[in-house]
Amino acid sequence: MADARKDWSFHGGVHLDDHKAESTGQPVRRLPIPDRLTLPLHQHIGLSAEPVVRVGDLVKKGQLVAQASDYVSASIHAPTSGRVVGIGPQAVPHPSGLYDACIVIESDGKDAWTDLPEPMTDYATLPTADLRERIRWAGIVGLGGAAFPTAVKVNTSGQRPIDTLVINAAECEPYITCDDMLMREQAADVVEGIGILRHLVGARQCLIGIEDNKPEAAEALRQALSTKADTGTEVVVIPTLYPSGGEKQLIRLLTGREVPSHGLPAAVGVLCQNVATAVAVADAVLRGRPLIERVITVTGRGVRQPGNFRVAIGSAADFVIAQSGGYSDAVRQLILGGPMMGFAMQHDQVPVTKATNCLLAAAQDEVPAHPAERPCIRCGECVKVCPAQLLPQQIFWHARAHDFDKAQDYHLFDCIECGCCAYVCPAHIPLVHYYRFAKTEIWAQEREREKSDLARRRHEARVARIERLEQERKARLRQKKEALEQKSGDSAADPKKAAIEAAMRRVAAKKAAQPPEPETPGGE
Amino acid sequence: MITAILTIAGLATLFGLILGYSAIRFRVEGDPIADQIDALLPQTQCGQCGFAGCRPYAEAMATGEAEINRCPPGGEATMIALAELLGRDPVALEDEAAAEKPKSVAYIVEDECIGCTLCIQACPVDAIMGAAKQMHTVITDECTGCELCLPPCPVECIHMQPLGATPQTWKWPYPADTVTEAGHG
Repeated sequence: MADARKDWSFHGGVHLDDHKAESTGQPVRRLPIPDRLTLPLHQHIGLSAEPVVRVGDLVKKGQLVAQASDYVSASIHAPTSGRVVGIGPQAVPHPSGLYDACIVIESDGKDAWTDLPEPMTDYATLPTADLRERIRWAGIVGLGGAAFPTAVKVNTSGQRPIDTLVINAAECEPYITCDDMLMREQAADVVEGIGILRHLVGARQCLIGIEDNKPEAAEALRQALSTKADTGTEVVVIPTLYPSGGEKQLIRLLTGREVPSHGLPAAVGVLCQNVATAVAVADAVLRGRPLIERVITVTGRGVRQPGNFRVAIGSAADFVIAQSGGYSDAVRQLILGGPMMGFAMQHDQVPVTKATNCLLAAAQDEVPAHPAERPCIRCGECVKVCPAQLLPQQIFWHARAHDFDKAQDYHLFDCIECGCCAYVCPAHIPLVHYYRFAKTEIWAQEREREKSDLARRRHEARVARIERLEQERKARLRQKKEALEQKSGDSAADPKKAAIEAAMRRVAAKKAAQPPEPETPGGE
Repeated sequence: MITAILTIAGLATLFGLILGYSAIRFRVEGDPIADQIDALLPQTQCGQCGFAGCRPYAEAMATGEAEINRCPPGGEATMIALAELLGRDPVALEDEAAAEKPKSVAYIVEDECIGCTLCIQACPVDAIMGAAKQMHTVITDECTGCELCLPPCPVECIHMQPLGATPQTWKWPYPADTVTEAGHG
């Protein structure tokens, strides 16, 4: 079985210098809590969370401050005790550099916990709905970077039964080592989290996919598994090849199953979770703790002391970097995420969110230079490396021409934005930028269409209503008229009416008897 | 000779019956072309095209009475989509339509509103809430930005507010723009 698995590979991919050793020299260090924490209400896929505190409220560590506002949404908790000093737009880590709604908490320095829910140590006997509710309460989202609410992902009712849980420990992007260090130091928690997730989805087996550049982490996991006597969970070492940590790529590598286009891994009986997410699940279920901190990598030649740090969510990036030794003179650019999929930030006054896995303070030679784009020569290098087996040059061609329908015909939305194509492009075309441009344009068009459909429905409803009211008015008038006519028909019997009519007849007779006045044409 | 005439006459009757039957059986409700055009229009119901809403304009275009360049909210993108659908040549937008405005929604200054309900009657999509002598307010999500509520307001308390991008609605800029910048810089 294990041998059979080794044969699987995914299409394309690139070999990159992994730059992992820079940040794995020291154990994970817990950073102090800053004076101010900024919690964006939108740190996840789905709708923004809804604040449940007001400015001026005192909050305890772990207290709910914003509630999931929809099924696909995630709650947010206070990472420390203190006072809510603001709810409003603040700079958030986003490529646009735009502001978004945040809750700002000023720490009181006491770091006092609120009352936490009871640990669910006997989770195996509890209904899965209760466990899901706990994960939902804890505000856990996928910590690999996509930040999809975990409680939604583990709800597999109505889908194909899940037989395999895939734990994503590949961490294939260069520079990033937070999962590596987490596994080395908290392998037991990872294994506990896996136990809970397996119970939740009823997976018969669990495969932990880990790249072969992390032997220490793989060994730590094996150790933890052997003490747990966990059967059916296996550490699978895969060759280091970017992007082996892509969800679909990892599933292909471990099981040989191909997740269909536009489909979820559940379509092939697989659920994929990141290692850090598994630890967060263990924290929530076994210790009753919400997700209020995470391990992030601070690395690159732009910082003096690269390493991994456990930081409170909401800590500002500049605080984290200052605490980790500060910038070196070589720093040129601050990248959120890794060099392949991350994005450059305009400044460092943005908070660390649940989705932040790496702050890369890059020196000049660490960020890809952006030489001027030259015309595509259709060499096909991008096709060779595309892990999603797309035709990147075709999608680029149509995206460049604003022909989004054609770009979608070439499966634009199967692109995982891994950046392999742009990395190998000899014409230095920022291909991923074109795909992101096309995707956001298409989403904007979709929103417009929805909005215009809504407007059409409302307008039609209004026109119909006005017409109905008009008809009702007419009907009322008609009724009145008929009623009047009926009355005048009856008037013969009415003595008053008869008297009036008689008077009118007399006047008419008088008028007829009088000679007509002579006409005076031309004036008075 | 007589056989030929009878055959042709028979065929004509047969096909006539088939056509007559299918005209009743497969009758299409409404004008499909007008529907398709209507689907392309932005549905602001603003009347800037000179018609009493998007649907009447769509019907006028379907019969060829109206040009395809009279929709300012739709802008050039809508005009080109219409040209493609109707197989007509793209025409430059009319003067007032050419100046594309940023997407806006109406906003009522609630302290100044006197509760006259005139704007409620003007709104083509029922996006204004309120009652006589009660303050009115615009349901932002349903406002199309048609500006039809501005003229009836006796106290001029309605303003158009441009809809800024949020991180959720932000669009990546076209790469070529940034690349040339980087190329020169």
